[in-house]
Amino acid sequence: MSIQVRNISKRFGDFQALDDVSVEVEGGSLTALLGPSGSGKSTLLRIIAGLEWPDGGDILLAGEDATTVAPQQRGVGFVFQHYAAFKHMTVRDNIAFGLKVRKRPRDEIRARVAELLALVQLEGFGDRYPAQLSGGQRQRMALARALAPEPKVLLLDEPFGALDARVRAELRRWLRRLHDETHTTTVFVTHDQEEAMEVADNVVVMNRGRVEQAATPADLYDAPANEFVMSFVGHATRLGGSWVRPHDLEVVLDADESTREALVERVVNLGFEVRAELVSGEDERFNVQLSRDEADRLELERGQIVFVRLVRETVFG
Amino acid sequence: MPRSASRYGLRFVALGYLLVVLIAPLAMVFWRAFDKGGDHLWQSLSDPNTVHAFKLTLIIAAIAVPLNTIFGIICGLAIVRQRFPGAGIVNAIVDLPLAISPVVVGLSLFLLFGRTGWFGPWFQHHGIQMLFALPSMVIATIFVSLPFVAREVVPTLREIGDEQEQAARTLGAGAWTTFWRITLPAIRWAVIYGVVLTTARCLGEYGAVAVVSGHIEGQTETATLRVQDAYENFDLPGAYGISLVLAVISVLVLVAMTLLKPKESSP
Repeated sequence: MSIQVRNISKRFGDFQALDDVSVEVEGGSLTALLGPSGSGKSTLLRIIAGLEWPDGGDILLAGEDATTVAPQQRGVGFVFQHYAAFKHMTVRDNIAFGLKVRKRPRDEIRARVAELLALVQLEGFGDRYPAQLSGGQRQRMALARALAPEPKVLLLDEPFGALDARVRAELRRWLRRLHDETHTTTVFVTHDQEEAMEVADNVVVMNRGRVEQAATPADLYDAPANEFVMSFVGHATRLGGSWVRPHDLEVVLDADESTREALVERVVNLGFEVRAELVSGEDERFNVQLSRDEADRLELERGQIVFVRLVRETVFG
Repeated sequence: MPRSASRYGLRFVALGYLLVVLIAPLAMVFWRAFDKGGDHLWQSLSDPNTVHAFKLTLIIAAIAVPLNTIFGIICGLAIVRQRFPGAGIVNAIVDLPLAISPVVVGLSLFLLFGRTGWFGPWFQHHGIQMLFALPSMVIATIFVSLPFVAREVVPTLREIGDEQEQAARTLGAGAWTTFWRITLPAIRWAVIYGVVLTTARCLGEYGAVAVVSGHIEGQTETATLRVQDAYENFDLPGAYGISLVLAVISVLVLVAMTLLKPKESSP
């Protein structure tokens, strides 16, 4: 089911959370709303779910105006950052909630819950209470609960934000696989650009209540629309009036007319890569990403003078 | 050494204070009630007017407790979930009965429903006896026992937040289903605790009811008023007997509260 957001505005007191925002989400796609905190991404997601009312603008679900439709009639599944588990119900009852509310036959509910418990790898946890689960398990339960009534749209608000790095990475891959199997239109909110780039087909970059750019991860990285997207998506530093990615710089030991001088301030070993933190003659700080072999060949160390050549640069008018 | 001395000192003061102020008077009531033997105690308790007094107290509680429970839950939901202008004032007004002396409450009701009060003439015209009758006694009791459920429910509602309710909405539940299936189970211990406190307050109410009831023996006399009545008529064993029953109920309430309270903090 496609989602169209048209000219949505929302104000909380003096704070303009959303300012004339329009977004198109294709049916069956996996879209990320990416932005720093306060960018309005969660507010937009909550407006799509009907949990918040816009001050102006329209929401269209599958081409039909849903702006004034109550959340329980929108057919959306919603996953909260802090799980919003029903603490007084077992895992099984949590997952069955949406089906019981719809008064589905008991046999059907039992079968569907069993199927979902298997899908989220919580077989054998059905009779436990949320308090007896780990964070990752609780969020998988919340996902199963949201998926149970077969929503046409799945909305996730910073779904992995409260989890530790390893569980996070695991659930990211799992969400991507789930989407590839079910093709449910999915929108998730994140402030982590890596998460957005890794999981989503399309990324909508938001800042201060506005959409900065909506594009595929590759296009965002290679053709950012403005300085904000350039600096927020992937690493980028300013160097002499233009923007460069850390891997767009070449470090050499001999100067020529295309290089500039820099002092090595710090060398950080990232495992498979090495990051050198440099200071140019104009007192500009920037980072360079090198392979291990390159770094070893250059014998980079703190206090060394090197020369840097720009392989590619981006200038915004 | 000084540390343990101060620790024992603290305990001594705390326990001594409780003993003198709380335990001793209660123990006295127990002891005096059985002073002339169980038979005498039973005899004074089975006096028709005493039985009627207990019945009246229970009837008033049976009306006031459910009403204040429903009101307390609605009030808590309005204060915490609706964010309407003036919610803070409502929250403060709910506490009013805790601050006002019950006698003042009784007096204001007396003036309100009296012959020259705002509502008095209307009820009189329709032939409804408010003062010196059950209606005003119930209203007085509702007034003094009003805050307890709301006071328990408000912080619990704040603590659980509204995410579970929002989740229920996105799963297809309407407002009514969400309340019964999600909100009420989440606040159930707070509600039960509030009901226990409300019940205790209703059973023990004296001041407000004393003013509006008119103390008519066998008609508008509650258990607490009966204690006063018996005492004034030099029926000390009778006064102690009724006090004993009220004290036993209070102790049972206390036990119920102690049993319920730890569960309040667990999910």
